[in-house]
Amino acid sequence: METIKKICEGNVRAASRLIRDLEDKLPHARPRLRQLFKHTGKSFIIGITGSPGAGKSTLTDALIAELRKLSKTVGVLAVDPTSPFTGGAILGDRVRMLRHAEDEGVFIRSLATRGALGGLSQAAGDAIHVMEAMGKDVIIVETVGIGQQEIDIINHAHSVIVVMVPGMGDEIQSMKAGILEIADVFAINKADRAGAKQLHTELASLLNSAPQSAGAWRPPIVMIENLYEPLTFVEQTAELAQKVAEHYAYLQESGQLDKRTERRAMMQINDALRACIMEPVIDNLTASGELQYLAEKIKNREIDPYSVAEEISKRFLKSGGINDIDKK
Amino acid sequence: MYFSEKTQKESLKLKSIWQDKVENTLKTNPDQKERFSTVSDLEIKRLYTPEDIKDTNFEQHIGVPGDFPYLRGNQVTGYRGGYWTFRMFAGMGSAKDTNERWRMLLREGQTGLSTAFDFPTLMGYDSDSPKCLGEVGKCGVAIDTLEDFLALMKDIPMDQVTTSMTINPPATVLWAMYCAAAEINGVPLTKIGGTIQNDMLKEFIAQKTFMCPPGPSVKLISDTVEFGTKYVPRWNTISISGYHIREAGATAVQELAFTLRDGIEYVEDVVRRKGLSVDEFAPRLSFFFNSHIDFFEEVCKFRAARRMWAKIMRDRFGAKNPRSLWMRFHTQTAGCSLTAQQPYNNVVRTTMEALAAVLGGTQSLHTNSLDEVLCLPSEHAVEIALRTQQILAEETGVVNTTDPLAGSYFVEALTNEIEEKAWEYIEKIDGMGGMIAAIEKGFPQMEIADSAYKFQRQLESKEKIMVGMNKYVTDAKHSIPLIEIDEKIGEEQIKRLKDVRRKRDNRATKKSLDDIKNACRKGTNVMPYCIEAVKNMATQQEICDIYREVYGEYRDPGLY
Amino acid sequence: MPDRKIRVMVAKPGLDGHDRGARILARCFRDAGFEVIYTGCHQTPEQIAAAAIQEDVDLVGLSCLSGAHRLLFPRVVELLRKKDASDITVIGGGIIPEADFTMLYEAGIKAIFTPGATLDSIVEWIRNNIKTHD
Repeated sequence: METIKKICEGNVRAASRLIRDLEDKLPHARPRLRQLFKHTGKSFIIGITGSPGAGKSTLTDALIAELRKLSKTVGVLAVDPTSPFTGGAILGDRVRMLRHAEDEGVFIRSLATRGALGGLSQAAGDAIHVMEAMGKDVIIVETVGIGQQEIDIINHAHSVIVVMVPGMGDEIQSMKAGILEIADVFAINKADRAGAKQLHTELASLLNSAPQSAGAWRPPIVMIENLYEPLTFVEQTAELAQKVAEHYAYLQESGQLDKRTERRAMMQINDALRACIMEPVIDNLTASGELQYLAEKIKNREIDPYSVAEEISKRFLKSGGINDIDKK
Repeated sequence: MYFSEKTQKESLKLKSIWQDKVENTLKTNPDQKERFSTVSDLEIKRLYTPEDIKDTNFEQHIGVPGDFPYLRGNQVTGYRGGYWTFRMFAGMGSAKDTNERWRMLLREGQTGLSTAFDFPTLMGYDSDSPKCLGEVGKCGVAIDTLEDFLALMKDIPMDQVTTSMTINPPATVLWAMYCAAAEINGVPLTKIGGTIQNDMLKEFIAQKTFMCPPGPSVKLISDTVEFGTKYVPRWNTISISGYHIREAGATAVQELAFTLRDGIEYVEDVVRRKGLSVDEFAPRLSFFFNSHIDFFEEVCKFRAARRMWAKIMRDRFGAKNPRSLWMRFHTQTAGCSLTAQQPYNNVVRTTMEALAAVLGGTQSLHTNSLDEVLCLPSEHAVEIALRTQQILAEETGVVNTTDPLAGSYFVEALTNEIEEKAWEYIEKIDGMGGMIAAIEKGFPQMEIADSAYKFQRQLESKEKIMVGMNKYVTDAKHSIPLIEIDEKIGEEQIKRLKDVRRKRDNRATKKSLDDIKNACRKGTNVMPYCIEAVKNMATQQEICDIYREVYGEYRDPGLY
Repeated sequence: MPDRKIRVMVAKPGLDGHDRGARILARCFRDAGFEVIYTGCHQTPEQIAAAAIQEDVDLVGLSCLSGAHRLLFPRVVELLRKKDASDITVIGGGIIPEADFTMLYEAGIKAIFTPGATLDSIVEWIRNNIKTHD
């Protein structure tokens, strides 16, 4: 209980420890999160994504500065990849945000992806909950790249910023591959470089070609030039913050906020099911060696994967199997 | 062709006979290890023959000293007309302390001064800044105002001695102090000589002493080049430095390539921004290299550097003045090659490294003191290091002839190989849009980090050896007397600074600071305004704060 | 008990930019399977302590080559203590004369690694000496 109280009071030590316990899947961690849940749900969550080197951390840093001008408290979750070879990770995003390190209104936490078994979205979702319980007004979730894992994480957010830079070539292609649907605000970073105008034009025409219903949100495109032209940079990142605020206002007025929150809830159910059903089942099968045994049988064409799943679900789910769940 | 057809045929024949013998010998007496490579991990062959330099042309690629491609040296007479400059880097505590050390060195036969500043000065902070906790006077001399600078130069004949100042982000300010001090001491600007390091690109790449972003940093450097060209003709306004790149873990090839590419970036900026022709300023560009422990690799690196720069200046920039083609460089032996264990061994390392620098034709040399890996050098250790140079020059006979290693199959082949590999890097960086763009991508930083990590792993696996550290280790303590800087120095320095601020004419200071700000905003040359401001006792941080305000502050991107 | 992932921070307090060692260590810790927070150069003790707590690291490794360690290292320990985080182990490295060891140990620095310490020995020390939280 002590921990819960501390976290709700905004205690950084207690919060960062619980985030870690959740990542490390300590047995006491999840019950604590359940106790915290009633204290969550009040924060505005911004997702920011884009290719490696696009300048997401730098823009996050600038957004923090803008939010602090408005006296908003901020939580930042910076996700970096884990090395698939060693299981270690170097988490370097916060380097670009160090000027906020001593500001007690800002809590920055780095999160390593730790493998690819779908746990990332859950870990991020849990960490967001903890930050919400701390009472952060705004939470920024920063992820690398635009793969499915990242899109899952981004689904926790109310507003999504997609950062692009000119000269990467494949940007527009990847847009078509799915990022278009999730972006609420586009930032073209390093827009003083060659190719920025062209990127802007291509992006704008792509957005124009998408079906539009009246009154719907049109993702704005914000151009952000050289970080090292302090005056214009601050002006342009302020515009970015403004556009995100406008999107938030739109969500509230149009009733879309409710839909986004619902989207997030779906994601949470998905994550929780995975954590509470899939993971224990897989762990159980792995520990007993059955998983290996079943894989052998499938390999030798002695049994098909669906029969395996049905058999396992009968054993682990009291209702009597996946087919039954489907029918309901 | 360098060799006649007959020689080539014979060499091929003999080599194949030898090759058979090698195979036989290996059966009974295998090599000590599988692969032999330089400290930079360039693989070295068992034997070099005419075959390895068959495409090298004497006239075109080797030649004679004092002529293109300057492979063999800039000076027609080599070291016979004069040795390299014995220049020992020194600075500690207060300006007065350093001044005393300098005068000792001049008495001992040193021929040029070299200044080490403390970290607050190097980073453009005054001694009383909260960022400078514990740093004042630690690794060099603390300079806040012109008053400190005058104490530093006390009784130093500024028209006779050349002074090198290792200063980068605040180079305009410290050079302005030097110019102002000369004026006050009655020495005209045309008579003073020396060098400011003033090479910001290598700071972003390696040493991480930075203040403003790369773009404006290069602008300030171009200001000094222009000012020097017009008013201080004996001053080297940039020392384009590979030293720190190497210390950060780069290979010899990386050191060479990144340094030359930095040089290209500066030349391009001055030509574009200031409209000077290369021949007006290129003769005052100087370089600064590291001399590491791998003897032949270093000699070849120096030789390749000269040949490459001559080609760059002639072919890329169309320089006409032969002096524009000269690569003049200072060398420092490699701090990172020294060990804290068994520190007296460092004298031997430094000697070998100094020899490589001399055989590579350096213009000026700093030899590290044996205790430099532990602390600031003690007076005794500095003396041994200086004597090392004097022994090389006066006793060993290595100065008797110019570029004595030329013509060796191995040396020429390795020189060619290092050069080729360096060109590859330069082309790659050209392809990225130049060095600033490459730095923004983190390219040279990551290349160096990779090399540093690889070398460290090679040390751990004992593939590379450092005696006393990972082989021939003893428990014996070799205690050597260490210099310690009194924490009180900081307090005294802060008191002096506060006195100056109290006594000065604040209106005049502010006016001259405003003038600098205007110059920054308009893009005009800041140097005349800096000289005025330091005379009005503006502190170095006050001037640097203007740069930070107008140009923004660069922060470590934390690449690893 | 599930495996605790070791989290460490590599930090460079002070004004010197000699980050060769710090960067090598960051990579080495990653390769040892740790999660590493790397701060870059020129950090104040205040920034380092705040970041260490936000990141809930087990250990902070400080690297300083400018001679300012006598003031900077103890300051980090003190700040952590003030924020109820004295369980975070602090170690140091760089150019540190042996004469300063006692003073640093007394100030709460748990280990000092100077040039010549092998990467493996540092990793091993960390595995054996950090307090793994339950």
